[in-house]
Amino acid sequence: MTHETRGGVLRPRDAADVAAVVADARRPLEPVAGGTKRAVGRPVEADLLDLAGLAGIVTYEPAELVLTAHAATPLATLEAALAAHGQRLAFEPPDFGALLGASSAQTIGGILGANLSGSRRVAGGAARDHFLGFAGVSGRGERFKAGGKVVKNVTGYDLPKLMAGSWGTLAIFTEVTLRVVPAPELDRTLVVPGATPAASVALLCAALGSPHDVSAAGFDPARGSLLRLEGFAASVEARTAALCADLRCQPAEVVDGAASRRLWRAHASAEALAASPVVWRISVPPTDAPAVLERLRPDRYLLDWGGGLIHAAYGGVDAARVRGAFTAGHATLLKAGAAERAATAVFQPQPAVAAAAAARLKAAFDPRGILNPGRMG
Amino acid sequence: MICLPVPDAAIVERRASILRALRELVAPGNVVEDDTRLAAYETDALTAYRQRPLAVVLPETTAEVAAVLQFAHREGVKVVPRGAGTSLSGGAIPAADAIVVALGKFNRILEIDYANRCVVAQCGVTNLAISHAVAGEGFYYAPDPSSQIACTIGGNVAENSGGVHCLKYGLTTNNVLGVELVTPQGEVVRLGGKHLDAGHYDLLGLTVGSEGLIGIVTEVTVRILRRPQTARALLIGFPSVESAGACVAAVIGSGIIPAGMEMMDRPAIAAAEAFVNVGYPLDVEALLIVELDGPAVEVDYLIERVRVIAEQNAAAGIRVSTSERERLAFWAGRKAAFPAVGRLSPDYYCMDGTIPRRELPRVLREINAMQARYGLRVANVFHAGDGNLHPLILYDANVPGETDRAEAFGFDILKLCVDVGGVLTGEHGVGLEKRDLMTYQFGPVDLEIQHRVKHAFDPDVRFNPGKVFPTLRRCAEQGREHVHVGAERFPHLPRF
Repeated sequence: MTHETRGGVLRPRDAADVAAVVADARRPLEPVAGGTKRAVGRPVEADLLDLAGLAGIVTYEPAELVLTAHAATPLATLEAALAAHGQRLAFEPPDFGALLGASSAQTIGGILGANLSGSRRVAGGAARDHFLGFAGVSGRGERFKAGGKVVKNVTGYDLPKLMAGSWGTLAIFTEVTLRVVPAPELDRTLVVPGATPAASVALLCAALGSPHDVSAAGFDPARGSLLRLEGFAASVEARTAALCADLRCQPAEVVDGAASRRLWRAHASAEALAASPVVWRISVPPTDAPAVLERLRPDRYLLDWGGGLIHAAYGGVDAARVRGAFTAGHATLLKAGAAERAATAVFQPQPAVAAAAAARLKAAFDPRGILNPGRMG
Repeated sequence: MICLPVPDAAIVERRASILRALRELVAPGNVVEDDTRLAAYETDALTAYRQRPLAVVLPETTAEVAAVLQFAHREGVKVVPRGAGTSLSGGAIPAADAIVVALGKFNRILEIDYANRCVVAQCGVTNLAISHAVAGEGFYYAPDPSSQIACTIGGNVAENSGGVHCLKYGLTTNNVLGVELVTPQGEVVRLGGKHLDAGHYDLLGLTVGSEGLIGIVTEVTVRILRRPQTARALLIGFPSVESAGACVAAVIGSGIIPAGMEMMDRPAIAAAEAFVNVGYPLDVEALLIVELDGPAVEVDYLIERVRVIAEQNAAAGIRVSTSERERLAFWAGRKAAFPAVGRLSPDYYCMDGTIPRRELPRVLREINAMQARYGLRVANVFHAGDGNLHPLILYDANVPGETDRAEAFGFDILKLCVDVGGVLTGEHGVGLEKRDLMTYQFGPVDLEIQHRVKHAFDPDVRFNPGKVFPTLRRCAEQGREHVHVGAERFPHLPRF
């Protein structure tokens, strides 16, 4: 065995170590790096596989719009490297550290494993849309690769999509390749105060359906509707005027630059709900949101993605109420105590045909049930 | 020479009873069994290969598709899904022991939802029909494969089709919100919908680009976008491929993502100009078309920035479109590049690899060297923004051995793409054509894992046999047939 073991935690140094650990495992493993999202999903009885040793950027070529990094590279490291070249991740990953009470730093592998996307999801796509390829280790301890290191590729099954959002239950990433995009010259948020959820969602949907390239559209009951415009400064100025004229709205506040970026990171990360013990992340067709909210009756909530994403906060878990509140969409129990998560379907129950396919895929990648068994229910 | 699968004689012998059973499952007249009508389904846009299928069935409802697939599952009969049959990689080429499920009757748009910015369409609706249906309200569907007037949205989902605008707007997979999938066992499941992302494993993401190997998509929900207020283009000549490549890198490096960025090399420029006479410069080694779209103020600003960047990168001549007519003229040559090249030569073979853009000069140099080795000429067109290269190999199928040489040349180009860090296919799919090259890009374990994914859906390996995976051990003799000038399928389709 080439990896180190300290305090019952397996600490592989590289991909070969990871493969050896998984191949030799006789008990389930819980792969972690930053560990910021360990409190999501059903609690897993497993040895910890700490991947923090697999960190660092492998290659980054700004002109190719492609970055390859070891899977446990902290997001902050990656974002700093991108910022130095005027680029960023289009999907704007949220940071649920504050919400979930985690103090460490999240890693790119964890973000992709959870397919976590922030407010730009609605215009720029999800984490999965920018996940070009990976090298990893299956539950059988095989090292394999999928996808590619170029931005346009349709060779073979799109396994990065399958892996994004599989929460470490199918394979362990050792190296990931991402598409990156230029950062805008100016980002600007318009805060339009007041309004009911129904009026706000109508405004947000109209904004997203306008030709003015709105890159985020949310609602915070404490502040009002939030609309973001990004791009070259002259364009942002022109679109600000055109959008306000088209929507017949008068923003109470215009927030530019770093303050705008902080606003959206806090909003997408549901920081305002951090005091609540239970938070659901619910994806619905945007225009359904007002009616769904009436049935959800949350203590507090935030809307994003034009209404299509609801973060709903409660004092306790009532899965029947939450999942009964919508007909199209899905709800994930993002935050709850371990006992409640053990007793609840944390991820949306699937129709029988999809559930059977998911079970067969799990068996194909991890027939011994080594990787995070039971985490996704 | 690519092998077609050896048909299962026992199934072929049962043809009459299979046809009888199919007639019970679909509306009268919707089972195609006579040779004349079957001939229309023998091939797709990889016309060098043809195979008469066992039967063609034309279901009209999802329930009929499910019934046909349940029957095929029960009886162990193979299935080849088919949309418009425009695949350039042979994705829809039949097998002699397989039922072709042709989905042309699924031709209705079911719902247009402007508030949620999506369209729900049956799988046989053409790509362009979706954009046309929402054009009146100023919307469109972004992925625009060159065959968009004919290709279907279901086929786009199967192939994860691209187009000239995918650098900015993404491939099919980035623009599809949901599908209705009928599994190889004939079960119906809905994946995704008008909401975003999956609540569990992303089976939708896996389905897109699965090349008809894990089921049949009968309905698709796509995201639509507001059409940009304006679009303008620059036409820029360069004294060398290197300087054109440097210009592309500099444009992207300066934070600009154009709506389209296309490059042509000298033979392609000459062919296009001779064909459409739009004023392309003939004294340059490379020509770049850069299109910017968005609000007018942004487009005007970016046009100037790109012009400056081009000047800094040794541009030999720059034209900027000042009218919609001029913009379309810039594109006319590029869009006519394939038929234009077709005039230089009785036949041409279109390749589709992707490379890291920095490798373009090296790849073009090596392709040049290969021309001498194979005794065949090549014209190159290139989706320069995303590194997707379309070398067109010119040959004459009437000259004995030349078709095999063109194919071998093409395979060497694709291997070169992999050698420089790229991939075998950027947008046309693996299909039949590139199946045997998969071992060049992927190791045995990589392919074994993809096989397991296939088996998780299709354990009997009955769906689209002979495609994507190099599993064939025996080779059927029939297969490639000579198709010559004028016999090209879909001659009316632009190809770019």
